[in-house]
Amino acid sequence: MKRTAWALTAFSVVAAGFSASAVAQKEQFVPANFYWVGPYAPGGSGFGGGIIDYMQMINERDGGVNGVKLTWEKCETEYNNARGVECYERVKKHPPTGATVIHPLSTGITYSLIEKATADRIPIISMGYGRTSAADGRVFPYVFPLITTYWSQATVMIKYIAQKEGGYPSLKGKKIALVYHDSAYGKEPIPVLTDMSKEYGYELTTLAVPHPGNEQQSQWLQIRQNKPDWVILWGWGVMNPTALKAAAKIGYPRDHIVGVWWSGAEEDVLPAGSAAKGYISAGFNAPGSDFPVMKDIQKYVYAKGKGEFEDKARFGSIYHTRGVVAGIVTVEAIRLAQAKFGKGQPITGEQMRWGIEHLNIDDKRLKELGAVGMMPPLKVSCLDHEGSGLVKFQQWDGAKWKVITDWMEPDRKLVRGKVEADASQYAKEKGITPRDCNSDAM
Amino acid sequence: MLYREAGQFKSTYAADQQIFPILQDRIAIGALLVVALVVVPLIGNQYWFSAILTPFLVLSLAALGLNILTGYAGQLSLGTAAFMAVGAFMAYNAVLRIPHLPILGAFIIGGLCAAAVGIVFGLPSLRIKGLYLAVATLAAQFFVLWAINRIGWFSNYSSSGVITAQRMAILGYPIEHSREKYLLTLVIVALMALAAKNLMRSETGRAFMAVRDMDVAASVIGIPMMKTKLLAFAISSFYCGVAGALYAYCYLGTVEPEAFTLDLSFRVLFMIIIGGVGSILGSFLGAAFITLFPIFLNVLSRSIESGLGIEMSHAVVSNAEAIIFGGLIIFFLIVEPNGLARLWQIAKEKLRLWPFPH
Repeated sequence: MKRTAWALTAFSVVAAGFSASAVAQKEQFVPANFYWVGPYAPGGSGFGGGIIDYMQMINERDGGVNGVKLTWEKCETEYNNARGVECYERVKKHPPTGATVIHPLSTGITYSLIEKATADRIPIISMGYGRTSAADGRVFPYVFPLITTYWSQATVMIKYIAQKEGGYPSLKGKKIALVYHDSAYGKEPIPVLTDMSKEYGYELTTLAVPHPGNEQQSQWLQIRQNKPDWVILWGWGVMNPTALKAAAKIGYPRDHIVGVWWSGAEEDVLPAGSAAKGYISAGFNAPGSDFPVMKDIQKYVYAKGKGEFEDKARFGSIYHTRGVVAGIVTVEAIRLAQAKFGKGQPITGEQMRWGIEHLNIDDKRLKELGAVGMMPPLKVSCLDHEGSGLVKFQQWDGAKWKVITDWMEPDRKLVRGKVEADASQYAKEKGITPRDCNSDAM
Repeated sequence: MLYREAGQFKSTYAADQQIFPILQDRIAIGALLVVALVVVPLIGNQYWFSAILTPFLVLSLAALGLNILTGYAGQLSLGTAAFMAVGAFMAYNAVLRIPHLPILGAFIIGGLCAAAVGIVFGLPSLRIKGLYLAVATLAAQFFVLWAINRIGWFSNYSSSGVITAQRMAILGYPIEHSREKYLLTLVIVALMALAAKNLMRSETGRAFMAVRDMDVAASVIGIPMMKTKLLAFAISSFYCGVAGALYAYCYLGTVEPEAFTLDLSFRVLFMIIIGGVGSILGSFLGAAFITLFPIFLNVLSRSIESGLGIEMSHAVVSNAEAIIFGGLIIFFLIVEPNGLARLWQIAKEKLRLWPFPH
């Protein structure tokens, strides 16, 4: 009997979990489907912590967006497509208006959700990851690879290398090696880097590192043989410090390794210790706890003991501020959608889509938000779901990341051409008629 | 009391040899099928179809495939995910390159290609056994993923190596919604499970089991080793291939080769170890345990949190879930090393005596 009672209790607790919690009005639900365990946990918990901290701050400081409280619920995706889809399905009908927007924080999960979310009319913001060609908003109305995409970043990296070498012409005959995470994410830049190698005459070698990336002996041995002038590191999680250590072991100069923005956080360099000193990485957000918005988070959230991080050292780290930038973008879009569809009312995913598509965070607005320099200005349109494309570079000095360039422009012509070609191929495969961007319909 | 076969007389061999000789079992399985085919589609919602039931069925089919090879024919394999990948990518290519191909035809082509790959990687089984064979099948895992990653043809030269499943239709009836995908998966899995059950009761199945129990003795009594072992690999890989195609078409919709890593092979292997090696039912129980239990734990921990009003760090909760899950696997294996299917069998035997055990 005792056992039956236990089973019944367990069952009822679970049943309560599945049936949605109390229906409350005037709430805006934003799912927090990130990851707190596994090899990629530093990225997932940092980014997730940032976006939650920002929403918490808006709730505490402003009482929500025009009085609508932001709510969220954490779901563990383990950076695994299957779990990501499960989390998405679990939260998408959450009261009162369903999931407002989804940040999958994984290129793989983004790919898995593109069709599902489009059918469910829930916008996806894949900020700095995901499918690059989704920047063509005519074919992908519900997907927003905001701020900048992998292809833009790849062109900026080559631009940076060219600057260091003394202009594009001097790239001729140079050797560049791409060390990449062997997944959809890591393969994303290859077509652009290949195209540019034809244009500028450098020699591109690609070296795949299998997941999770803690075994890189043979790749770096090849680098030692091949002696490339520059190495582009397209890593993720534990792969990054391993690569830096391997580079130190073969004596490859760290200041000739340029990392992608998912290879350029404190968590990526600290485990490598002194081996990381001098390493350069790209970024679309700047770290730091001195921005006014970060100070507000400190004041309204952490001072009250409601912050996401137990380890205060992570406050203001790259992943944290990146999450805050995601929070800013999300909340600004909600604000915009409310202005159009009803101030002080919860909005639906469809209305949120409109909001994201009309985002215009210019310098003035950045100043009001207290985030000047933390993120580039952003202007999204129906045609352009990327909205900025700007990238900064930063260098690890052994203790912290130092920003070493201003915002740099990508090669827009090249990227846009490839984006449109890829998007139209997708549209053809799927039988999608691209939207007409001149008629401003929903 | 209710579960007793007293009074059920068999007057023909056919009646004696049917899959479920006891009337109550037949009623139960019939009721289960009615529930799965009629009641669930009526009351289920999208979350249950696309996040719980479809992946459970697809992985059950993969576990069934591995169980045919490992549980019945005794050949340990770590290449399950590779065979699934072959099924998924070849089904995609079949639809892409063969005009007017019905979707079921594409699934069959995916399965047949996986079977062919399975035969090739099954060849070492003629010389080596046990753990050594597992290492040899590991080669399938690495080789297949390498080939899919490196050879653009498999993913139609997609820059990221990701394939997106095409639209499905059967006899002009589109299969778009999660309910329809669930039903399609259910029908395929049910039919293939029935086929597997019958196959294992046939001469072929008995040959498999003879090879498993002692291959020298089996060859002495005239069972051809090569044919039997390779057939086991072919059938098993066919099942895995169809499971892979369903994984791509009915479950995720978009697949990258990384969906089929060694990790998935191990998960399927754990499914049959926990569910029951050499049992059709065990494949389903194991798949349910491995795929659904982490979700169940996640929901449970969340409702405990909100129910008791304690705030726990999410990282701690997520890690605790993984620890509890691991602990439960060990617990079940200690309680019943032969898997959940054996527990079920014991439960049924006890039920026959209930409520008057002697």
